[in-house]
Amino acid sequence: MANTKSTGTRGGGKRKAAAAPPKASVEDLQQYYRDMLLIRRFEEKAGQMYGMGLIGGFCHLYIGQEAVVVGIQAAMGPKDTVLTSYRDHAHMLACGMDPKGVMAELTGREGGYSKGKGGSMHMFSHEKRFYGGHGIVGAQVPIGTGFAFAHRYLNEDAVSITYLGDGALNQGQVYESFNMSALWSLPAVYVIENNKYGMGTSTERSSAKSTELYHRGQAYGIPGVQVDGMDVLAVHEAAEKALGHARSGKGPYIMEMLTYRYRGHSMSDPAKYRSKEEVQKVRQERDPIERLRGIMIERKVMDEAKLKELDKEVKAIVSEAADFAQTSPEPDVSELYTDVYVGA
Amino acid sequence: MSELALVEAVRLALARAMSDDETVLLLGEDVGIDGGVFRATDGLLARFGEARVIDTPLSESLFVGLAVGLGAQGFRPVIEYQFMGFMYPAIDQVLNHAGRLRNRTRGRLSCPMVIRAPYGGGIHAPEHHSESMEALFAHIPGLRVVIPSSPAKAYGLLLAAIRDPDPVVFLEPKRVYRATKEDVADDGAALPLDQCFTLRDGRDVTLVSWGAMLQETLAAAETLAAEGKEAEVIDVATLKPLDMETILASVERTGRCVIVQEAPLSGGVGAEIAAGLADRGLVSLLAPVGRVAGYDTVMPLPRLEAHYMPTEQRILRKLRETLAYT
Repeated sequence: MANTKSTGTRGGGKRKAAAAPPKASVEDLQQYYRDMLLIRRFEEKAGQMYGMGLIGGFCHLYIGQEAVVVGIQAAMGPKDTVLTSYRDHAHMLACGMDPKGVMAELTGREGGYSKGKGGSMHMFSHEKRFYGGHGIVGAQVPIGTGFAFAHRYLNEDAVSITYLGDGALNQGQVYESFNMSALWSLPAVYVIENNKYGMGTSTERSSAKSTELYHRGQAYGIPGVQVDGMDVLAVHEAAEKALGHARSGKGPYIMEMLTYRYRGHSMSDPAKYRSKEEVQKVRQERDPIERLRGIMIERKVMDEAKLKELDKEVKAIVSEAADFAQTSPEPDVSELYTDVYVGA
Repeated sequence: MSELALVEAVRLALARAMSDDETVLLLGEDVGIDGGVFRATDGLLARFGEARVIDTPLSESLFVGLAVGLGAQGFRPVIEYQFMGFMYPAIDQVLNHAGRLRNRTRGRLSCPMVIRAPYGGGIHAPEHHSESMEALFAHIPGLRVVIPSSPAKAYGLLLAAIRDPDPVVFLEPKRVYRATKEDVADDGAALPLDQCFTLRDGRDVTLVSWGAMLQETLAAAETLAAEGKEAEVIDVATLKPLDMETILASVERTGRCVIVQEAPLSGGVGAEIAAGLADRGLVSLLAPVGRVAGYDTVMPLPRLEAHYMPTEQRILRKLRETLAYT
């Protein structure tokens, strides 16, 4: 696949020569498209509802980055686990969590995944093997490493996938995790969602020497790959390889996804750190959904009518989630004291 | 003299300190170009330049260590954490290093620094974005913990904190960052640290609080006054070291005391004050010391936040109970 760079355990980054032929089936393409569209429409609705005052606190939207989570999910096995940081709604939807429960958590209702007490950053689903939703930058990386340790100890056919942002790559605990993970050859894949900005600080202004992050595990012998994170097919293919590596007992793997968030860091963002033109250019030239749509039309996988139908289906799911999120009751006051200790 | 909100008073004090003393440096995530997550440092980059207003990578555990090094070399770093909950990765540096450098070097070195962080609830944000964990820091020897309650206090206390030769954790009540305005003179005058402020005189009961909770506490005192009972309201301001003298002197006159804190009840600063009263003020007390506090639970959000936060009504209930005690 074009736009992929990798580093072996010893080598520096080298560009792969030829574009591989696409492996995805028609059904795969349709699924990717639908999943990405669901994430985008869900996030647009969340943004609207925040604007209307229905969502409290913080809300970090994933719009623009859809190909990353959908491409990774497509390569995952049934027992693999997922952890991420706070830009997390998409990961939950990709894991198959119910949009109604996610949206109702955003509005702080009883029907939310955390009974309306966790909000945007703190949702979990043991059934769907999604383990948060963590608000402190980089803090999910040691925890994901712990999941990998457990998978290996229990001899499970499972890989721990831990997402982190470019900003997290400057946190010390991330490197402590890399070292241990490599030392013990843990089945861990670290997916860096490099959207170029840690809040208002660009990778140029926060990274020594290079803004490329896929080689940050090199000192520990962790192979890394850089992928065009706006291309769901490239993400999927690279993820197959990374997850295969970790699954086969060869230890951790780092994937750097070059992606972009169209919206602000959270709902209050002064946007002084980048120009409107920069955002517009990415939207026009690299949008992951438009890109796949183009491929599907070109390959005659879908016609406009079928696309419209899909659009309608996704809109209905989102609007049902939004309705549920506004009608589910508010949590009872007694919930103040629940789940602080066991049985209480 | 101009009318300023608390967050503007913080900015004014930072600017004042930076223009008075070139060893004052600002560091933190997005303090420069973005002007801080709550805009407390807005405009300071343009005024003082990149060498002194420094956007850092996201490395919270490092910031305080960096400030220890800078402080020991004669600088006065001011570190901004975007939220109090983001300071926890740095507790090792705060506790094991910043708080102990003076003692460990037997006074040969110190590390003046101010660690600024917005704290407290009321903005519908989850746990680590809304907690009041001031007691964690008040427990650490060698640190000062200061919480301003108003724009003028923010200006005067922040200047004092920056000029202080020891590390200060300066917690800003974000709920009231923009809630009220007050005349603040940019006269460079610091307010005293390690001292409570009496905000209102009264003879019937002493009300002790700090930070954002003083809004509800003062409102409760007003309501009580309309019922014919006068509460003396004390703003603790510096939580560590604690000025028990002012509180004891007041309770000696009133005989009754209610402490209001937003933080969870157990192990809070209110408990320390109550212990101080039991220890040294027992003979003055006509009623048990009352505490109105948050609950021993994780800050719940967002719909239950209002139930968590102490309200004027809760304070009044406790006040009436304390006043009725015979």
